[in-house]
Amino acid sequence: MTLASKFAAGAGAAFFGALALTFAVSATSVRAEDKPAAAGEAAAEAHPHPHRQPWSFAGPFGKFDRAQLQRGYQVYKEVCSACHSMRLVAFRDLEENSGPAFSESQVKALAATFKVKDGPNEAGEMFERPGRPSDAFPSPFPNPQAARAALGAIPPDMSVLAKARDLHSGFPGFVIDAFTQYQEGGPDYIYALLNGYTKPDDPNFNAIFPGQHIAMPPPLSDGLVDYTDGAPKTTPQYAKDVTAFLMWAAEPKLEARKSLGFAVIIYLAVFAGLLYTIKKRLWAKVPH
Amino acid sequence: MSGESTYVPKNAVAKWFESRLPVLGLAHSSFVVFPNPRNLNYWWTFGGILAFLLVSQIITGVVLAMHYTPESTLAFDSVERIMRDVNFGWLMRYWHANGASMFFIGLYVHILRGMYYGSYKAPREVLWLLGFIIYLLSMATAFMGYVLPWGQMSFWGATVITSLFSAIPVVGDAITTWLWGGYSVDNATLNRFFALHYLLPFMIVGVVGLHIWALHVPGSNNPIGIEPKSAKDTLPFHPYFTVKDGFALTLFLIFYAWFVFYIPNYLGHADNYIEANPLVTPPHIVPEWYYLPFYAILRSVPSKLGGFLAMFGAVLIVAVLPWLDSSKVKSAVYRPLFRIFFWIFVVDAVLLGYIGSQPPEGGAVIAGRLLTAYYFIHFLVILPLLSRFEPTRPLPASISDAVLGDSAKAEPALASH
Repeated sequence: MTLASKFAAGAGAAFFGALALTFAVSATSVRAEDKPAAAGEAAAEAHPHPHRQPWSFAGPFGKFDRAQLQRGYQVYKEVCSACHSMRLVAFRDLEENSGPAFSESQVKALAATFKVKDGPNEAGEMFERPGRPSDAFPSPFPNPQAARAALGAIPPDMSVLAKARDLHSGFPGFVIDAFTQYQEGGPDYIYALLNGYTKPDDPNFNAIFPGQHIAMPPPLSDGLVDYTDGAPKTTPQYAKDVTAFLMWAAEPKLEARKSLGFAVIIYLAVFAGLLYTIKKRLWAKVPH
Repeated sequence: MSGESTYVPKNAVAKWFESRLPVLGLAHSSFVVFPNPRNLNYWWTFGGILAFLLVSQIITGVVLAMHYTPESTLAFDSVERIMRDVNFGWLMRYWHANGASMFFIGLYVHILRGMYYGSYKAPREVLWLLGFIIYLLSMATAFMGYVLPWGQMSFWGATVITSLFSAIPVVGDAITTWLWGGYSVDNATLNRFFALHYLLPFMIVGVVGLHIWALHVPGSNNPIGIEPKSAKDTLPFHPYFTVKDGFALTLFLIFYAWFVFYIPNYLGHADNYIEANPLVTPPHIVPEWYYLPFYAILRSVPSKLGGFLAMFGAVLIVAVLPWLDSSKVKSAVYRPLFRIFFWIFVVDAVLLGYIGSQPPEGGAVIAGRLLTAYYFIHFLVILPLLSRFEPTRPLPASISDAVLGDSAKAEPALASH
C-alpha cells in the first residue's frame, strides 16, 4: 500500500466512524420516543411486542389447515361479519381444495344463510334473495358512512386485511426475514391485536393497536362460538382460527404458489447445473 | 455492427431474404461472431439479464393490462380479481411487481459495474448517456406502475412525488395541475399513468436498441480497462458468452423466483393492500426501495425547492460522470485510491437508502444530511481531484498479456474472474 492509499483508508475509516456514531444517536433517539407509549401503560408491558406465531401456512412447504379454516369461517360468520365486509371473496371460494374445502352442498347451504341484494327485476325494483355460491360476501352496511353512523368508525374490509397489516422487524431483522421467508407479519399482528385487550375496565384499550385506543370493543370471549370439532372454545383459539381464515381470504392461491415455486426452483437449479457444466467445459479450452 | 458481416446464408430462402433485408447478417454479426474481450467477469452478465427482464416485464404487463381496469373506483378490485379469478393471475402480478425490483437490482449492479471499471470513459460516453436515459425512463415507468393498484401507497406516493413539481417558482402549481389532470391525484391521473406506463417500456426497448448499437461500435469494456488490440484478446459471443450469460441468468432467476413464490410482498408495503383513500394519510409515506436514496436526499434539504433540485441533481449528476472523472486509466483495478472511494460511495448510497426508509427525525436527519453532502462531494470534488492526482498502477500491454500471464505480473488474478 502506498502512503496515499493508507491516507485514503484512514479517511474512509474516520468517515464510517462518524456515520456509526450518527446511527447510534438516531437509534437511541427513536427508542427513547417509543418508550413513553410502551412503558407508560402498565398493561402494555404484558404485550411488549406481538410475538410470531407458528402458522401452518408459513415457510416453503406451508399449507392451510382445512379444519382451522372451517372453524375460522365460523368465527367470521358468527362474529366479524356483523360489522366487517369481505366483498372480494365469493362463497364459491370456500369450496376450494386449497381453502376451507367445504363441500358443494355445504357452500350452497351457507350461502343461502346470507341475504343478497339483487335486481332490478322486471318491475324495475331491487329485491333481496338468499345468497348463491357465485355471490360475493354481502357487506353488512350499504356504505362506509352508514357503518360510521352505526359504529362510530369504519370497520376495514377483511378481504385482504391479513396482507394490509404488518410488523416491522427493523434492521437487521428485515434482512434475515428475506432468508427465513417471514411473510406472516399481517397474521401475527391480527392475532396479537385480538388478544391485546388487556384492560378489562376499558373496552377500547388495545395494547397492540397504534395509539392503544381502538373503536372495536373486544370481539371475542371464551365460549362465544360453539365449535363442533372439539377444538378449545377459548379466545386465543378463536383468534388463531379466524386469523388463519383471514390469511386464506387474502391469499387464496398461497398453496399453489408455494408448490409451484418449489418445482420452478428445482428446475432452475438443475438447469443451472447443466449450464455450468457446459460453460466449464467450453471455457476450459481458452485461458481467460 | 462492428465491420462487415461475415454471414453466409445457408439456404435459398435465407439467401433471398438476406439480399433484400440483411437482418440475419446483422443478428449474426451482433450476437454470434461479435468479438467480446475474453476476460469479462460475471459482472458483465447483467446487461443480458436486464434485456431478459425487460421482455419479461412487457409480456406479463400486457397480460395484466388485459384484465386491469384503470378507473379509480375499479382499479383496486380489478387487481384483486387478477389475484383471485384469472388463471395464474397471481403469478403474472407477483412476477411483474417483483420484476420491477429485480430490474432495478440489475440496473444498479450494471451501473455500479460501469462505474468501477470506468466503462463510461472514451470512447463509450454516448453508450453511458443512453444507459442513463434507460435508467430515467425506468424510474418513470416504475413510479407510474406502482400507482396502478390504487392502494394507499400508490395514491400517497403519487401525491408526494407529483407535488414536488409545485416547488418550481411561478409555474409550479400550473405544472402540477397539468400532471394531475385536475386539482388532486384522481381518476384522470390514474388514466394517464396507465397510458404512460404502457407506453414507456416500448420507448425503453428503443433506447436499449441504441444502447446495444453504441456498445457494438467500440465493443465491451473489460475488467482491466484496456481495449482489445488483436484477435487474441477476444472470443466470439457465441458460444462463449451466450452460455456464460445463460448460466448467470439462470442463477438470477432462482433469486427472482425466491421472491415471487415465497416472499412476494417482502419488497412491497402492507398499506398498498388498503384501497386509496384521499381522506386518510398513512403515518409514513415511503416510496419503493429503489428510490429511497434519492428520497433521503430530497428530505435532507430543509427547503422544498432545494430538496427538489438536490434530488433531481443527484440523479442527473450520474449522466456527466464521463466529464467529472477524466483519469486516463479506466479500471479501478489499476486505481488504488479510486477503488477505495468507489466502495465508500456504494456504502454512502446504501445508507442513504436506509435513511430514506426511516421517519425523518432526530439522528436520521443529521445522518441524511452528512450522507447527502458526501454523495455530491464524491462526484464534484473527489472524482475530479483523483483523476488529477491519483498515482495509478502500470497497465498490462494487452488483454491476452494479462490473461496469459507471462509478462503481466501485476493483476492477472484480479483482472480475470
